[in-house]
Amino acid sequence: MATKSSRAAARLMIAPAVIVLLGWMLVPLIMTLWFSFRNYLPLRGGDLGFAGFDNFVRFVTSSSFWPAIGATLLIVVGALAITVILGVLLAILLDQPMWGQGIVRILVIAPFFVMPTVSSLVWKNMFLDSVNGLFAQVFKMFGATPVEWIIDKPFVSLILIVSWQWLPFATLILLTAIQSLDSEQLEAAEMDGAPAIKRFMYITIPHLSRAITVVILIETIFMLSVFAEIKMTTAGAFGTKTLTYLIYQRVLESQNVGLGSAGGVYAIILANIVAIFLMRIVGKNLDS
Amino acid sequence: MARSVSNRRKTINTALAWAVGLIIFFPILWTILTSFKTEGDAIAYPPKFLFFDWTLENYSIVQERSNYMRYLWNSIIIAGGSTILGVLIAVPAAWSMAFVPSKRTKDILMWMLSTKMLPAVGVLYPIYLVFIKLGLLDTRIGLVIVLMLINLPIIVWMLYTYFKEIPSEILEAARMDGATLKSEILYVLTPMAVPGIASTILLNVILAWNEAFWTLNLTAAKAGTLTAFIASYSSPEGLFYAKLSAASTMAIAPILIMGWFSQKQLVRGLTFGAVK
Repeated sequence: MATKSSRAAARLMIAPAVIVLLGWMLVPLIMTLWFSFRNYLPLRGGDLGFAGFDNFVRFVTSSSFWPAIGATLLIVVGALAITVILGVLLAILLDQPMWGQGIVRILVIAPFFVMPTVSSLVWKNMFLDSVNGLFAQVFKMFGATPVEWIIDKPFVSLILIVSWQWLPFATLILLTAIQSLDSEQLEAAEMDGAPAIKRFMYITIPHLSRAITVVILIETIFMLSVFAEIKMTTAGAFGTKTLTYLIYQRVLESQNVGLGSAGGVYAIILANIVAIFLMRIVGKNLDS
Repeated sequence: MARSVSNRRKTINTALAWAVGLIIFFPILWTILTSFKTEGDAIAYPPKFLFFDWTLENYSIVQERSNYMRYLWNSIIIAGGSTILGVLIAVPAAWSMAFVPSKRTKDILMWMLSTKMLPAVGVLYPIYLVFIKLGLLDTRIGLVIVLMLINLPIIVWMLYTYFKEIPSEILEAARMDGATLKSEILYVLTPMAVPGIASTILLNVILAWNEAFWTLNLTAAKAGTLTAFIASYSSPEGLFYAKLSAASTMAIAPILIMGWFSQKQLVRGLTFGAVK
């Protein structure tokens, strides 16, 4: 039983963590909200007064808004689809008995530990470059015309890079989940004559559904704020300006802080919608 | 009973898994190989895989030209400093939530998690402004603080799940024997918590090492980490694949090795206990 004094001590021990996080959350959040209602242009006169909802209206009515939403969705949905589907298949494969399982796992997980700036530049130059990139050289070997990946297929390039970085994460989590699958259930189904595809659809997939949901939610939160990959490859050109990148440009490059902050408020709301679903799953797990 | 598997099936599994594993790992392997080539060999057509003149010159050129050691040192200070600071703040918090839970414990944990969901770009300008006002722009201490704050929820959560696994009967027994709070923490809890704390440190060093958004936006020449060091290679000047590869290899090697040791913790740390 916890005593009164230990409760007081406990509160004291939580305090530093709560205070710094509260400050980290509230101070910038309030500032962003404040700026979003101001006509604030640091390089062109500074704070030019109250703007009402102008920034919010201008942000969504600007010609870059819908393309940015489209680009964001394309990258997030594309990379999610690839990492989840390949992740499930890879997890099943890695769960099978084989020789050198530990080494294969290490090979598969490695990309997750490569910093985003390195993976972006390596992919952009050494693989996707239309002259000296490895893809171009392989195309040449087969007599095909090399593709200007970054310029002509910017979304394919970005989805490829982001998927390569996140496939290990999806695989690892799904593998952890698959290992808790009761193999007797699968054996019983096999003995009853259920074909492999049915065993997969009716036993493996339902068992993995929660892990898949968690992967989707966590990856969505991280992929919504993909930044270095875009900055290092296209710098927002060729239609790859995502919501995150658009806000970054408004705030730091063109220094229209009011407008950018309104965008920031939208991004925060969007991330919170995803977060609510994730928190529900995590919360349920905490109770059990 | 374990399923008996025919040798033939095991062979097929092995071949398939190795093929997939090597494809996924290939970009890293290719980068490492290219770092030992001359610039000419690096872009040779047809590509040279293993049979080229191995050289170390790229590594010395990269070190000379862009002062790798300074960026490496910044990375070590910033990743290490933010992790240690975070753990110092998180250990007491996680300890008290795990062993003296109250009605609000769950709410506090969930709230901490929610701060992690805040999109960085949404608060970029305020942080930028605060950094300018406080003279923290392009300083190591500034980045240590920011990276500590973005990773603090993960540190608290990981420690909390590890501490939760320590049976509370042991603590109660120690209390019965008249152990004070101090000796309880020092002699009972700490030895049992060391593995969990070590794993937490490992994962958070990796996350801080690879962080890109704040690092790219809040540092320049002085406090730049290896993330920024590589970013300076984004504009190609003539022949440069071999040098880019050498720089990349030097930036990822330390963390790749650490990362392989922390596979298990990755699941715990990044799913907040939602997948076990």
